[in-house]
Amino acid sequence: MLKSRRIKGEPLFKIQRIEEESPTKSFIVRVLAVLAALTAGGFFLSLLGHNPLVIYQAMFKGSFGSVMSTQGTVKIVVPLVINALAVSLAFKMRFWNIGTEGQMIVGAIAASYFALFKGNWPHFLLISTMALVSIIAGGLYGLIPAYFKARFSTNETLLTLMANYIALYAVQYLKEGPWKDPGAKGFPQIARFAQNARLSMPLGVHFGWIIALLAVPLVYIYLRYSKQGYEIAVVGESEKTATYAGMSVPKVIMRTMFLSGGLAGLAGMLQASGADRTLTDTVAGGVGFTAIIVAWLANLNPAAVLLVSFLFALLEKGGGYIQSMFKISASAADVLQGIILFFVLAFEFFLRYRIIINKKGD
Amino acid sequence: MEKEQLNGLNAIELKGINKSFGSVVANKNIDLTVRKGEILALLGENGSGKTTLMNMLSGIYRPDSGSVFVYGQEVHIYTPQDALNLGIGMIHQHYKLVDNLSAAENIVLGTKTKKQSMSQLAKNIEQLSLHFGLNIDPNKKIYDMSVSEKQTVEIVKVLYRGAKILVLDEPTAVLTPQESKKLFAIITKMKEEGNSIIIITHKLNEVMEVSDRVSVLRKGECVATVETKKSSAEQLTELMVGRAVDLSIERPETFKSDPVLEIVRLGVRNDEGVEMLKDVNFDLRSGEILGVAGVAGSGQKELCEALAGLQKVEKGAILYYKENIVGRTPDEIIRLGISMSFVPEDRLGMGLVASMGMTDNMLLKTYKQSRGGFVKRSPARLKAKALIERLDIITPGTETPVSKLSGGNVQKVLLGREIESQPNVLITAYPVRGLDINSAYTIYDLLNEQKMKGVAILFIGEDLDVLLELCDRIMVLYDGQVQDILQADQVTKEQIGLLMTGQKPRELKEVR
Repeated sequence: MLKSRRIKGEPLFKIQRIEEESPTKSFIVRVLAVLAALTAGGFFLSLLGHNPLVIYQAMFKGSFGSVMSTQGTVKIVVPLVINALAVSLAFKMRFWNIGTEGQMIVGAIAASYFALFKGNWPHFLLISTMALVSIIAGGLYGLIPAYFKARFSTNETLLTLMANYIALYAVQYLKEGPWKDPGAKGFPQIARFAQNARLSMPLGVHFGWIIALLAVPLVYIYLRYSKQGYEIAVVGESEKTATYAGMSVPKVIMRTMFLSGGLAGLAGMLQASGADRTLTDTVAGGVGFTAIIVAWLANLNPAAVLLVSFLFALLEKGGGYIQSMFKISASAADVLQGIILFFVLAFEFFLRYRIIINKKGD
Repeated sequence: MEKEQLNGLNAIELKGINKSFGSVVANKNIDLTVRKGEILALLGENGSGKTTLMNMLSGIYRPDSGSVFVYGQEVHIYTPQDALNLGIGMIHQHYKLVDNLSAAENIVLGTKTKKQSMSQLAKNIEQLSLHFGLNIDPNKKIYDMSVSEKQTVEIVKVLYRGAKILVLDEPTAVLTPQESKKLFAIITKMKEEGNSIIIITHKLNEVMEVSDRVSVLRKGECVATVETKKSSAEQLTELMVGRAVDLSIERPETFKSDPVLEIVRLGVRNDEGVEMLKDVNFDLRSGEILGVAGVAGSGQKELCEALAGLQKVEKGAILYYKENIVGRTPDEIIRLGISMSFVPEDRLGMGLVASMGMTDNMLLKTYKQSRGGFVKRSPARLKAKALIERLDIITPGTETPVSKLSGGNVQKVLLGREIESQPNVLITAYPVRGLDINSAYTIYDLLNEQKMKGVAILFIGEDLDVLLELCDRIMVLYDGQVQDILQADQVTKEQIGLLMTGQKPRELKEVR
């Protein structure tokens, strides 16, 4: 006789994919995510012997409490927004450009050449040139992986990632070699930019904030309403469909990556000329990578990019503030940032999947 | 002894089976019995829940509620291994074989029997297959096999594991009529030995030919179980669709002009350098439907893509009104008015952008024609609305992603867009694949309408009955070559079937 088999150990729960969550529920989940993040971070702070509410309040005060702190926060937001927009352009096409860090650095290098050696040009001409060359340099740097992807279908993730390091080491070479500041008493650094090569400071923050604020709607309109934006969406969805529709896929890939790299390059110029007033090897300082998280959290939506960038800047600026106010060590502040970020990202899971608890018994 | 005990019992009994995926109810309160020694056909349109039900029997899904009895015992099947232990073996529509292993290796893969030598194993397999009249070479690698050979390996695989209840999911979808006949002979033999067979299908003639009883599923419910002999194709269709359906396809007479498209000595290689089309010659006139028959992978895809400029042509010419279009880009070909509605197996992979709504999909081939740098969406939205009206497309709105629409509606969007561009040539590959009967007939009507307007239509099909009824001429492809081009009203299904397997027309005449 055949025997029936009864298996007792059924799993306790199963995970089911959700097609698309309603906007209200998405919003609620995101709010819950922030609350959970703050609670978990609060536990951590309590362990360190601090009152979490006081600390959180201080973080907010540290980033938006005064004109000066707000200016500092905006300074963090500017490169983040522009880079996240650059990432969004490429990611919309499903081109995994994780090289905006490098493209930003290359843009900064190109702009710095003019700042250092053509510092006697009139201010407006010099700044315009610097902006233009930074866009071109960043764009061309983004074009390299795009060309190889379009021509030989190489892996763009690897190529853009590696290109970051090339750019970074190029700055270090310039710093210690040809562009070394003779006036720095042997210390390896690049000279500060001449006054003409520095961005003006409307409302106390360098001019980049106006550029960033303009770039948001421009990128939104480009993606949503332009023919090129339409092509990006189609290529991202299916290269076969794009070819079938008569689009030249290599052309779209290369054009979009030029724009993506160009935007990142411009961010590099703004950072060097506006914030740092010189070229350092931390000109990008990981912004290119943070921008990837920002772009994803914003769902590649330019308007949301702006909002998410502010939240990130709050974490960073506020984190710095509590270090000096409460003598919390830098690493503990980083852990706090990490915990909060982890929860916010982890809750995205609940937007894509639903957990079903299996009832007991059959 | 064992057999006697089992006598009189049903092989399988399903009681009140329910299964949902999210908000979609796939199976609703289904009762089903399979007797010992019978062939039960599970009939139903696409999406009626046939495969889901069988997947629960074979341990791939678990029912939300309901009970399963195998030979009278209540069982719980949680894994495919559980199913096999109970003697249930399923042959899936997409074969689950390891390509670079031999037949014998695939057959023993995952079994926990004692180690045996390859030659001993081969002998066992041959014995087993001989018993059922199956023809199999145990040492042949899967990648060297034809579709029907692979299917045989799948069958032997489940038999070798001791299956007494066989579930076949759409087994004839990829077979020629001759191969199907052979398969039916084999399962009939198994039935006579006391095994039970469930065959999932939506082809009525197969149901009538091979089954003892039929259970009909509609929208996840089992609407009826009838004795095949006491039923008819008409009755079954009515059960399946929910109302009476006229099953005949029209073939209107039209005036046929000079060729619009002439294909001369066309040769195409795929990306791996394999010759996919060899010396293909044919012409296509306006006001006709030229059907293309052939086993899957005979060069149909390459032919379509070459005509649309998506595939590099190695040799030969494609003459559009005497002008060679080989080497033109898809863009240039679209502008010549050669509209191609190509529906590959994954429907949304090429012709439509799945995540976009109808409006944006309407723009796909025409967005460049408007002036300026911006996409003009409002005319496209009007076009989409008109199409929804005219073709009865069921969708919440013009901006709903087309991936959310049912297969039939997706097909209507695709074909509707192509027709909207008023083409001279329409190329359509498997346009009714996966559609329910109603949608399929709407598509046939649309194609006939275009034919009467004087459009030249190339119709790549898989159902020979449909090809014979709908098309004016039928071209048979085999291994990238044109076997013959025949008048559809002067040829039988069997003749086409033979040509599809590579027999030369001359040999065919001798057979006749």
